[in-house]
Amino acid sequence: MIRGFVHRVLLAGLVLAGVLVASMMQQARAQQVVADLSRHLVAITTGFIGTEVLLFGATDGDGDVVVIVRGPDRREVVRRKDRIAGIWVNAGEVSFTSAPAFYAVATSRPVAEIVPQRLLGRHRIGTDNLDLRTGETLDAKTLADYRAGFIRNKVRKGLYLEKPGGVTFLGNRLFRTNLYFPANVPTGTYTVEVLQVRQGRVVSAQTTPLLISKIGLGAEVYRFAHRYSAFYGIIAILIALAAGWAAGAVFRKA
Amino acid sequence: MQIYLPIAEISLNVFLLLGMGGAVGFLSGLFGVGGGFLMTPLLIFTGVPPAVAVATEANQVVAASVSGVLAHWRRGNVDFKMGAVLLVGGVGGSAFGVWLYSLLRGLGQLDLVIALSYVIFLGIIGSLMLIESGRAILRKRNPGSSARKLHQHTWLHGLPFKMRFRKSKLYISALLPLLIGFLVGILSAIMGVGGGFMLVPAMIYLLGMPTIMVVGTSLFQIIFVTATVTFLQATHNQTVDVMLALILLTGSVIGAQFGSRFAGRLPGEQLRGLLALMVLAVALKIVFDLVTQPADLFSLGSAGGG
Repeated sequence: MIRGFVHRVLLAGLVLAGVLVASMMQQARAQQVVADLSRHLVAITTGFIGTEVLLFGATDGDGDVVVIVRGPDRREVVRRKDRIAGIWVNAGEVSFTSAPAFYAVATSRPVAEIVPQRLLGRHRIGTDNLDLRTGETLDAKTLADYRAGFIRNKVRKGLYLEKPGGVTFLGNRLFRTNLYFPANVPTGTYTVEVLQVRQGRVVSAQTTPLLISKIGLGAEVYRFAHRYSAFYGIIAILIALAAGWAAGAVFRKA
Repeated sequence: MQIYLPIAEISLNVFLLLGMGGAVGFLSGLFGVGGGFLMTPLLIFTGVPPAVAVATEANQVVAASVSGVLAHWRRGNVDFKMGAVLLVGGVGGSAFGVWLYSLLRGLGQLDLVIALSYVIFLGIIGSLMLIESGRAILRKRNPGSSARKLHQHTWLHGLPFKMRFRKSKLYISALLPLLIGFLVGILSAIMGVGGGFMLVPAMIYLLGMPTIMVVGTSLFQIIFVTATVTFLQATHNQTVDVMLALILLTGSVIGAQFGSRFAGRLPGEQLRGLLALMVLAVALKIVFDLVTQPADLFSLGSAGGG
């Protein structure tokens, strides 16, 4: 009786597995670009000085590849300095309600050669086509200035970057690129989008997540400082008191 | 060797930080100054966000003051009653200072106010020290000029709420030390300093305290005020970097030991003049950064969501 039941369950399982495999194969046929990362977790530890993650994959032959890495969206403030009474002072600010904390594009050839203008906007390819929204009403010129200033600052910090030719093909189908994350990389869930472009059209796409998080002592300190800030403050004082007392004791002996 | 500072959120070289701590510690041992007013600008020059530099330095000053006060306490040179009155004012002032700090940070003007405060105070202190050391050098060359009278009677002594400070042999209004404590508390919160450079002259010239009591008592009050600042900065702004404070502390403790050993052997006045020039140089560098057009007029504010 029990054996019969087990048999039936096994059979059902096998059928289900068969259907799954079949559907996955169908998907694989439709999926002309496949890619993966050398790791899906970047750990910011105490010795973190930035890191590279390898993205590798294959296409079904023709076309170019565009890789877009986006960090978590968040509110960003950009300020503009003006000269007031001889010194340079922050005189105006615009906040973008939602901007990617990190953004990188790598392509197998210069973007202009492979993707038509209208697709750049739709797929947010390149810093010029980012969807930076602001709740404030500003004239176009001012907004453009702030937008350019914002992107310039992000590029300088290594948080926004464009690498035409950053994706290299090995032979006809295999491709790879190194994604670089600097020491000041913001934490959160990133998406890595790989587009296959053929004759000015996106024929296939794949999205892979990448997690960047603080790990180890530094992460604990940061979390503790934000969650239990009163305790953190007291501990900071106690450490200082103890260190000062110890130093005093050493002085006395010396 | 790079180390990732969890609150400042940047990687810096450990040996650079230790070296900075050591150099400033050496100077503070040599001259008996707190060193906060040199360390905070140095941290900002190396790329630590000013908000973090100020809050962390307050934490480091706690340690420096504890080791200093112990020596004075053993010699009985701490007026605890005066310290307590200054302290009440100081805690009030630092609470107001931290509130002001949060407000300015939200407005995007914190960095500017920190820079301007440093220009003003470093400028004043540097000039005064330079004049003082110049006078001292001259006095040595032609002795005979009289010392200044310390205790003068002014309108300040007519204020109400008189209190007796037995240890300092004073009978003065409690309002005066309260006010001085309050003002120095604000400086401590905004500039990340102990405020000894303001407190010591104020105690000598305004309160008329005996010089021997001044240093120990000011250190005693600075411990509690900087501890208050540390606590308030940690709870309001989360800008105290314990890791950074520990590294700086290690360097400064060792530096201070060497500094105090050298103190007796080196020509004091000339060195004091040198320190004055250094202080003025730091002030000038900050002024230079304020008046030259920045390479990029736009800058990123503190991220709201992060």
